Amino acid sequence: MAKILKMVAQRLALGLLTLFAVSLIIFLGVELLPGDFAQEILGQSATPETVAAFRRELGLDLPWYTRYFDWLGGIFHGDFGKSFASDREVSELIGGRLLNTLFLAAVAAVISVPIAVALGVLAALYRNTLFDRTINVFTLTSISFPDFFVAYILILFLSVSWNIFPSISNVSSDLGFWEHVYRVILPALTLTLVIIAHMMRMTRASIINLLASPYIEMAMLKGISRSRIVTHHALPNALAPIINVIVINLAFLVVGVVVVEVVFVYPGLGQLLVDSVAKRDMPVVQASCLIFAATYILLNLTADVLSKLTNPRLLHPK
Amino acid sequence: MARIWKLLKSAPPTALFGLIVIVAYILIAIFGPILTPYGESEIVGTQFIPRGEQGFILGTDNLGRDMLTRLIYGARNTIGIAFVTTCLAFLIGGVLGLMATTLGGWVDQLLGRLVDVLMAIPILIFALLILTITGTSVPVLILVIAVLDSTRVFRLARAVSMNIVVLDFVEAARLRGEGTSWIITREILPNALPPLVAEFGLRFCFVFLFISALSFLGLGIQPPTADWGSMVRDNATLITYGEITPLMPAAAIALLTVGVNFVVDWFLHKTSGIRDDK
Repeated sequence: MAKILKMVAQRLALGLLTLFAVSLIIFLGVELLPGDFAQEILGQSATPETVAAFRRELGLDLPWYTRYFDWLGGIFHGDFGKSFASDREVSELIGGRLLNTLFLAAVAAVISVPIAVALGVLAALYRNTLFDRTINVFTLTSISFPDFFVAYILILFLSVSWNIFPSISNVSSDLGFWEHVYRVILPALTLTLVIIAHMMRMTRASIINLLASPYIEMAMLKGISRSRIVTHHALPNALAPIINVIVINLAFLVVGVVVVEVVFVYPGLGQLLVDSVAKRDMPVVQASCLIFAATYILLNLTADVLSKLTNPRLLHPK
Repeated sequence: MARIWKLLKSAPPTALFGLIVIVAYILIAIFGPILTPYGESEIVGTQFIPRGEQGFILGTDNLGRDMLTRLIYGARNTIGIAFVTTCLAFLIGGVLGLMATTLGGWVDQLLGRLVDVLMAIPILIFALLILTITGTSVPVLILVIAVLDSTRVFRLARAVSMNIVVLDFVEAARLRGEGTSWIITREILPNALPPLVAEFGLRFCFVFLFISALSFLGLGIQPPTADWGSMVRDNATLITYGEITPLMPAAAIALLTVGVNFVVDWFLHKTSGIRDDK
């Protein structure tokens, strides 16, 4: 147990260190890249006086380390600064949208994970049959589709032709839970189709890998049925890589929402980020990037810890 | 020639399909200007003329430009930019990765940690951050994506060459007094090539999809350059009327990536000897 705690603490420390480095990159990016940000925003026709005044207003005339620690300190209090474009607090802009994004990602995860694992197990079980090949071609194809293509195909069929689901996911906080789910079902389905292939292929590969090991041969010689071998002998040992790939795909999901949110005009963090990039609203972009990066790092860290926990051998490196 | 023919005969139908698609796209990209009836951004009619009417096979887009013409020009721009970006990413990542293993020591450590930090940020988020600062233009786009993508190439090149660099023939070359560049190009690279070639196909798909996604978001290739991602974005309103023309460029993207993936899949099976039935 002490060993596990130590491992978790180590990983956490490493994650925090990475996050610190990432925050530095996000902040310094503005600093190191060529061009004067104030000048860019105001345009070529701005007089030097206006540019200087604008720089003072944004605090750009202070040295970078002062601003960095101000910024970082503010984040710990939930204060991300003020948006350039709308003069509102960034935290106010982000708050509700972050929840929306997490909700969408959660719905997509709930749909995709069970289907992916089930299909992966089935494909491993009926290896090299027509079923397996069909799934293989299907997953290769779905990996190759751009997100927005999948999204528009779903809109075309499920929304325009048959009118089952709404093509625009306009949600507000006063909607009931199921109404909310109903409105995000199309974006969630899009995300599902995008990430399911990778999870399924990894599940299949890790189970097939295990089926070659001696204890599986033993179980076969005992005369146990194929499905029992897969579910009782292979699956528990394949859990580590499967959990790993699931969590990594969840991390991907958090980023994959960006394009999907734009297609479905869903008021999430991704859409805010894209809008802010177009408007070059730096504080909002920095804050959203930091949140996305933090989620991503945290999920990858979870994957690391979980795969170690499910395989005790990894805890005792030789 | 006979060998190539034999190889093609042994290829599964999916790989053949992929090869045909790739060749067709390359031909269209090269001969684009000959094939198209109009100029790249020439306005030839009113907006949104339906398919097949007034001699426009695919109709016109939101500004009254011929869809077919823009689709063909899009092949040039989108594939061209994605290809250049992937090459650049491989140049950066491949050279640094092979250097890291050959030189070892602090070079390896420094590059490794740098790549770790860069990879901790999702590539789309990172690209959006940089594009906010620099603004979008094609050279910036190519450079940013190539640098970000080269981290993935670096990882693979390092992992592959790590197993090669400890082999006896590399040791022998070192004792012979060969320089670093000789060891990399003559000893390690030839042995590390198959996985890197396969990775090139996969990275190309990734970059291609990535640039299309950025263009779709309005942050990639800028108008009036014809590009498949932004074509979908410009004409997306038509989809709500049940019209499929805006999906054509998206389908064009999907078809090429499917083709490349099929070929890479076959190539991987052939070179690595991975068999499912062991």
